Amino acid sequence: MSFESEKHAEDYWKENLRLMFTLLAIWFAVSFGCGILLVDELNAIRLGGFKLGFWFAQQGSIYVFLALIVVYVIKMNKLDRKYNVHEDHEEPQELGESLEEEYTH
Amino acid sequence: MDIQTLTFIIVGLTFALYIGIAIWARAGSTRDFYVASGGVNPVANGMATAADWMSAASFISMAGLISFMGYDGAVYLMGWTGGYVLLALCLAPYLRKFGKFTVPAFIGDRYYSNTARTVAVICAVFVCFTYVAGQMRGVGVVFSRFLEVDITAGVIIGMGIVFFYAVLGGMKGITYTQVAQYCVLICAYLVPAIFISIMMTGHVIPQLGFGAELNDGSGTYLLDKLDGLSTELGFAEYTSGTKSTIDVFFITAALMVGTAGLPHVIVRFFTVPKVRDARKSAGWALLFIALLYTTAPAIATFARVNMIDTINGPDAQGTAYEEAPSWISNWESTGLISWEDKNGDGRMFYSGDERNEMDIDRDIMVLANPEIADLPAWVIALVAAGGVAAALSTSAGLLLVISTSISHDLLKRNLMPHISDRQELRYARIASAVAIGIAGYLGINPPGFVAQVVAFAFGLAASSFFPAIILGIFSKRMNKEGAIAGMVSGITFTAAYIIYFKFINPGANTPDNWWFGISPEGIGTLGMLLNFAVAIAVARFTADAPRDVQAMVADIRFPKGAGAASAH
Repeated sequence: MSFESEKHAEDYWKENLRLMFTLLAIWFAVSFGCGILLVDELNAIRLGGFKLGFWFAQQGSIYVFLALIVVYVIKMNKLDRKYNVHEDHEEPQELGESLEEEYTH
Repeated sequence: MDIQTLTFIIVGLTFALYIGIAIWARAGSTRDFYVASGGVNPVANGMATAADWMSAASFISMAGLISFMGYDGAVYLMGWTGGYVLLALCLAPYLRKFGKFTVPAFIGDRYYSNTARTVAVICAVFVCFTYVAGQMRGVGVVFSRFLEVDITAGVIIGMGIVFFYAVLGGMKGITYTQVAQYCVLICAYLVPAIFISIMMTGHVIPQLGFGAELNDGSGTYLLDKLDGLSTELGFAEYTSGTKSTIDVFFITAALMVGTAGLPHVIVRFFTVPKVRDARKSAGWALLFIALLYTTAPAIATFARVNMIDTINGPDAQGTAYEEAPSWISNWESTGLISWEDKNGDGRMFYSGDERNEMDIDRDIMVLANPEIADLPAWVIALVAAGGVAAALSTSAGLLLVISTSISHDLLKRNLMPHISDRQELRYARIASAVAIGIAGYLGINPPGFVAQVVAFAFGLAASSFFPAIILGIFSKRMNKEGAIAGMVSGITFTAAYIIYFKFINPGANTPDNWWFGISPEGIGTLGMLLNFAVAIAVARFTADAPRDVQAMVADIRFPKGAGAASAH
């Protein structure tokens, strides 16, 4: 067991699941919600030349998906450190990673 | 220089590049061959995943399908990207921590059963062959049009190239070739899109262009013009589809979950050094994929407007066949477009009602798009190279899964546990050579058109692997009885539904006969739910997973201590 205690292991997993379900709820809302179930209602609203529902289905949901993964990566790295279960760290491989280190500290 | 010479040069150069990389990245051990020694940088891995992922179906067929389906095309756009969220959040990091070579290895070890391993091998091979047949067909289409060789010769050339780098380099060769192939295919996709966007709307970015006003001074939005044209010609309005909401919902879900369950995608996350690299890599992969996937609907819109304008003429009375642009006769010779002068006026006319005289295959929309928009010859040659790159990169990834499933999971772990590393490597190479042969045969005698065949692979993956892996990670007590029963019932149900409506009784393939209005493309979602239900029910009445397996599940739930992927 790499956690300090059984309690830590449980808490880590709970926080992980909470983050996962929150992000999945957004995932569901933009794609299945805005892009499919509510598409007709949203199509009444216009975004330039796009009807909003159509835009969500063919563009918007993809951008949101990308943002969700970015948020997940950042939050999970933070969580791993909080419970001290991150991987042993060697020297940073690239600039992006060292910046990310600074950000998460 | 004419288009054909240019195409030969550009496609030839890319082939030379792939072969060069293959020689540089030869595999020396099974670890090289299966997971590139687990040393791939997450950004490079993201690019390789994107190339692995974006097949001939994404490159050649998808924009064409959207172009003909309008709003309904969103099932592919959301379905084939949304799965990466599931991969990043629910699968990739845990499977990387688990640290084995293949998906059947996870299933076999997590469910402490060689039966489960064998069921997983069969599912993996079945899914991959369904998928790879479409790729070889894509290579054939590109070759037959641009190099004017027949489809059979095209498929054989494609097989030769894949054989060379997949058999020689395994995962290592494939990964670095895929990075190169990604660069080729994304340039080939974006360059014509940007050109056409500027021509039609004045916007450099196609994602903005297709929601903008037309360049012709009329002040109408492009999408409004297309909606108008579509209704006039007897089609459904472009921005609202024809499929029922429940069907769109189920198809999208099947494609998303299928994406997260496809063995050749999952295995890519075994090649990075760390758990956090696996998470990050999923993000990079989606970024690279999104570049193409957000451009595709723009291309679809541009191509549709252009095509209708060219065929029907600016006054919508039809263009005289003698004055038809050269792309029409170029594509007529491949049999993918045809004109029948029904009213005898010598003019072509395209519509969704009885006035229609054109028969246009959806697969040509991306490939013919630069010709339709009158772009320079080198752009057309580049698109040909991109189409080949997309098909080759995906075939290679799939063939690798087939060969590792057989040499590692079936032979080494099941039938011949005492073979040495060298012998195993030789079997892996033999298995991939045989698989290439079968894939080639399926490419020459294709079971249907590209995207449709591929779409079924997703249903099968969604209904077999996804639930077994998810339950394996998120439920400590899930046991082998539940997992096996779930996988078998899920894939059998889904395959039976698809085979019935597509092969046994295709006449009955109408919404009235579908269960709950779900088409064969979307049935994988129901198969997945069935898999979950059966697995959970069976597990309730049988003994929990043993203690050591439960401890292993607890261990994969956090990153610390992830070693390199290993065989045992």
